[in-house]
Amino acid sequence: MDGLILQILNGLDKGSAYALIALGLTLIFGTLGVVNFAHGALFMIGAFCAVTISKILNISYEVVDPNQTDFLGNPLKVKTPYVESWFGPEMGASIIDWSVPLAILLTIPVMMLIGLIMERGLIKHFYSREHADQILVTFGLAIVLQEIIKYYFGANPIQTPPPEALQGVANIGAAFGMDLPYPIWRIVYFCFSLGIIGAVFAFLQFTTFGMVVRAGMADRETVGLLGINIDRRFTIMFAIAAAVAGLAGVMYAPINPPNYHMGMDFLVLSFVVVVVGGMGSLPGAVLAGFMLGILESFASTTWATTTLPGINQIIIYLVAIIVLLTRPRGLMGRKGVMEE
Amino acid sequence: MLGLNNKDTKLLIAVAVLTLLAPFILNPFPADSAMAQFNAGYPDLMQRFVIFGIFAIGFNILFGLTGYLSFGHAAFLGIGSYAAVWIFKLFTYNVVPAIALAVIMAGLFSVIIGYVSLRRSGIYFSILTLAFAQMSFALAYSVLSNPKFNLTNGETGLQVYADDIQMFHREGLPDLPHLFGLSMRSTYNLDIGAWSFSFNAGYYLCAIVLMLVFYLSIRIFRSPFGLMLRAIKSNQTRMSYTGLNPRPHTLAAFVISGMYAGLAGGLMAAMDPLAGAERMQWTASGEVVLMTILGGTGTLIGPVLGAGFIKYFENIFSKINDSILHEWFAFLPDGLENFMVFIVHPFVGKGWHLTLGILFMLVVIFLPGGLVEGGQRIAKWIKNRGKAEDSGATTEPAE
Repeated sequence: MDGLILQILNGLDKGSAYALIALGLTLIFGTLGVVNFAHGALFMIGAFCAVTISKILNISYEVVDPNQTDFLGNPLKVKTPYVESWFGPEMGASIIDWSVPLAILLTIPVMMLIGLIMERGLIKHFYSREHADQILVTFGLAIVLQEIIKYYFGANPIQTPPPEALQGVANIGAAFGMDLPYPIWRIVYFCFSLGIIGAVFAFLQFTTFGMVVRAGMADRETVGLLGINIDRRFTIMFAIAAAVAGLAGVMYAPINPPNYHMGMDFLVLSFVVVVVGGMGSLPGAVLAGFMLGILESFASTTWATTTLPGINQIIIYLVAIIVLLTRPRGLMGRKGVMEE
Repeated sequence: MLGLNNKDTKLLIAVAVLTLLAPFILNPFPADSAMAQFNAGYPDLMQRFVIFGIFAIGFNILFGLTGYLSFGHAAFLGIGSYAAVWIFKLFTYNVVPAIALAVIMAGLFSVIIGYVSLRRSGIYFSILTLAFAQMSFALAYSVLSNPKFNLTNGETGLQVYADDIQMFHREGLPDLPHLFGLSMRSTYNLDIGAWSFSFNAGYYLCAIVLMLVFYLSIRIFRSPFGLMLRAIKSNQTRMSYTGLNPRPHTLAAFVISGMYAGLAGGLMAAMDPLAGAERMQWTASGEVVLMTILGGTGTLIGPVLGAGFIKYFENIFSKINDSILHEWFAFLPDGLENFMVFIVHPFVGKGWHLTLGILFMLVVIFLPGGLVEGGQRIAKWIKNRGKAEDSGATTEPAE
């Protein structure tokens, strides 16, 4: 029983990342009708926002301290981050420690800006073209973004630790008399992504803006005829989708040290998630994200890998193939979306 | 000739001449000159041109004619390579059975994958093929390389070891892939003055195969079957209303293009008896899509041009480093020179993929028909300019 719950928990953090990326993909697809192959790159840029912030906060100046000497007897150069000298050593140290959560503040505007530029500058011109062209141009964009990141940050994964208070392992089952050791940061990530997903759904469900967007997803033309500038709202939705991907990335940085191709790795799986969930269905994307994350974690148990070696590597693709062949619209897909 | 019309015959002859004389054409600069780095006439690179050309021709039969965008074609290339290397390991270094098995295996796999994936179209098809290719990659990379059942040798890649069986290998035959005794690595160097040209047996094998498959692709393009495939692209619904079932045709196209990919994979293994899982990764599938688009989708010569273009510039751009850049911009004042080097630096050397990505985006945005369309536009522009000058005098008074 404990083991079962532990496997479900293990699947949740990856599942949350899948769900968040798939949610953004579906938002873009449902509103603009564009298949965005660059969405993984947005996730990756989000993760590198965390790296950038922790680098910026660690910018330091050197002072030669005459009282201390290094092992050769020369006066020791002491590096002090500017943050520590501005806010005092304790406050400064804790700011640096909390750099990943702080990066969220940067990520939201940066990602929204990138989203706006992408939509207005590039994707706008591809509405009337074939899906194949949209796939190809966003694929090209993904390569470009990935290579730019590689140029500035190098090809190696960059360790980005979570705040010290959130490191380590907690026994979350203690209250129920179960033994469930689980890394704290992953719990944080799961709660965070639930919060984001809830916020997106609430935004769409309970605001006027969201209502108009939903109406536009159902029938774009009519909404336009009612005198609403639906294009602008869809552009904003694109920016929001980019921000969701970025947030998924920024919080994922401590779990998986960011490298330049992490976006591509997640993108392929997220597409599978979107297809399994049903193209254009937001709840479907979230559901399928968590489901596939948990399935993957079950397939990685020793029991599964000894009975069917390598099942953990291919389970998601297998499920996708089975789902597509038996329920071609995906688990919660609607009729008429993406069908010729 | 050979059942082709005049225009196609000319095209085939042009391709034949270009491939056969490639060692000359690709080596326009003397071997010791500063420009020698732009030469592409060495065997390894020429083989890559031709092999990827074959791969792209095959991909174009599927994508160019039917419009089904497969993101998993590299899987067939990888399967072909593995099959060929297994022939080398078990039976003989002769390339003929190896390539034959590569084509057959790729064909078998593409029947299975195609049968499943082609039940959906559009974006679903792309994602299904992508899923299959990633699955094959995962299988080849880790699953099928456990000690009990080592089919792919995982990360190291499958290669021929000294203690392999090689049943039909005899004394006197080269210890490398060969064609009935003619080693694929044997190269004849011809020095004329400052120029040096190399003629490689492996390259010529690939070139002959390329001509054959190019001929085959012309025949497919011009056949009733090719017309059927175009009908699938332009309006599948109408096609089924007229009583034709599109699926067997698409499946046939898929299998043919899969076999082309297998052939390319087999040749790749024949040139260098090694097969690695990274050949199956989806970036490799993306590369062949790039080649086809860049050259011109749905055209005969486009994919070959695209493959050559990408492989050539990949090779050249990767070689350029900072000191070469400094040489180039040496004529500028110092500050400006450093600035130019700073600007260009991210795009060359290791940054080749960045250039490729930008180039690819530009082509998709501005030139959806690829290099072929670009060439046609330029030709048209030159033609029209001549006309405009002629007719200019007569139309001017009307304004």
